Amino acid sequence: MSLKRTPLRDFHAEHGARLVDFAGWEMPVQYRSILEEHKAVRRAAGLFDVSHMGEVDVQGPGARAFLDSLVTNDVAKLSAGRVLYTPMCYENGTVIDDLLIYMRGAEDFFLCINAGNTPKDLAWLGDQAARFNAETGAGSVRITDRSAETALLALQGPAAAAILQPLTDVPLAALKYYHFTTGQVAGIDCVISRTGYTGEDGFELYHASESAPALAAALLEAGRPHELELAGLGARDSLRLEAGYPLYGHEISDQVSPLAGGLGWTVKLDKAAAFIGRDALRAEKANGSAQRLVFFKTGDRRIVRAESPVFSGEAGGAAVGRVVSGTLSPILGEAIGSALVDSAATDSAAQLWVDIRGTRLDLQLVKAPFVPLKKSTTL
Amino acid sequence: MNKLPSELRYAASHEWLKLLGDGTALVGITDYAQSALGDITYVQLPAVGTELAAGAGFGVVESVKAASDLYAPVGGVVVEVNPALDAAPETVNSDPYEAGWMLKLRLANPSEADALNDAAAYEKLTQ
Repeated sequence: MSLKRTPLRDFHAEHGARLVDFAGWEMPVQYRSILEEHKAVRRAAGLFDVSHMGEVDVQGPGARAFLDSLVTNDVAKLSAGRVLYTPMCYENGTVIDDLLIYMRGAEDFFLCINAGNTPKDLAWLGDQAARFNAETGAGSVRITDRSAETALLALQGPAAAAILQPLTDVPLAALKYYHFTTGQVAGIDCVISRTGYTGEDGFELYHASESAPALAAALLEAGRPHELELAGLGARDSLRLEAGYPLYGHEISDQVSPLAGGLGWTVKLDKAAAFIGRDALRAEKANGSAQRLVFFKTGDRRIVRAESPVFSGEAGGAAVGRVVSGTLSPILGEAIGSALVDSAATDSAAQLWVDIRGTRLDLQLVKAPFVPLKKSTTL
Repeated sequence: MNKLPSELRYAASHEWLKLLGDGTALVGITDYAQSALGDITYVQLPAVGTELAAGAGFGVVESVKAASDLYAPVGGVVVEVNPALDAAPETVNSDPYEAGWMLKLRLANPSEADALNDAAAYEKLTQ
């Protein structure tokens, strides 16, 4: 099967990207250096092509109630111009996907979903919409896949607003974290969203696919004086882990609930709407999750790779968990990661550790984020 | 790709060997290898005094992407390891043939170096 390409594939190649297969997409994993791109985002700004993400319109008189019945966070509290981060679960409480819900109007929403989950999500949304329309009346909700016609650029870092403001009449100072608006950027119509996946201040710009090369070029040009760098998926992953953000298939998955995966704050068990997975999540909350997500450092530069078994106490025992993400923090200069560990082992005083090529490395459990995050000062 | 230093010998496993003319040689990894690995974050090297047979694993080079084994291009005894790589493993990325050297070996059998590739042959291997 040939890899799917974003409208910026040639732009990446011209700018020296190393292109790899990511969830079936030919994507830039890095341009110059993952570590340098990561540091540039924390210090100045980075520009990421995340056009592989899926976008789906959810519209109709029943759109809000429909979404509220599918996700764990509270859609009823959303207002126009705001963005909501939420997991979407199966009946058993494990995660189908984590997504952003954008509310344009009372009957007009769009979702941003993970690239690798897009076919699965569309099938689920379609099935659920059919059920919902059967219950509430034909035409209550309509699902429209906008992924192919929509490109997405993420401008992230403390210099993001200074780079973007000269290119748009939209007053960015008035756009708060997890809010969005529409407007032109460099003459191109965009949804301008003050969101991101790096822990820094920044913007995500949704726009028509055919405009992506012009928008990317304009942002790159405007960003040069601010030391903006093109940044690939490698830096995106290390930035999100340093910020303590989950990645589907790692911290959360169709085997892991949002409660176990560190997303308890997004699970509104007492919201007004019933939602798929609520009963299972209520039971899990009452009984305690069997596993728990922990973040760790090691004080060592050796990277603790995903899928490494986690042990507790003396050598010789069975694994009590597994690492789900691991990298070298470019800011801290030491290995950081996350692991799903049996709750009994996280409650115990016994030391958690991993084995790296015959060397025992103790895990120092810490709270995420691993570094102080600035995000939007207007939050 | 940068021009390969012609005075070096190259293993198919992407290590280079630089004969110093006194029975010792430096060992490192090639520009091709460092580029393929990406950002190098850790280099694990053997203790001085370790005896290595030709082709034996002598350490691990880790990048953000993966950990890869390192193989001795010839047999010998480790007489020195590059102390700078502990604190600055990225030197292997920036200067793979000079400051990024990894080991100094006292050769067990200098003729083993003849079996390695010259620059032209190694270049073909990596094309």
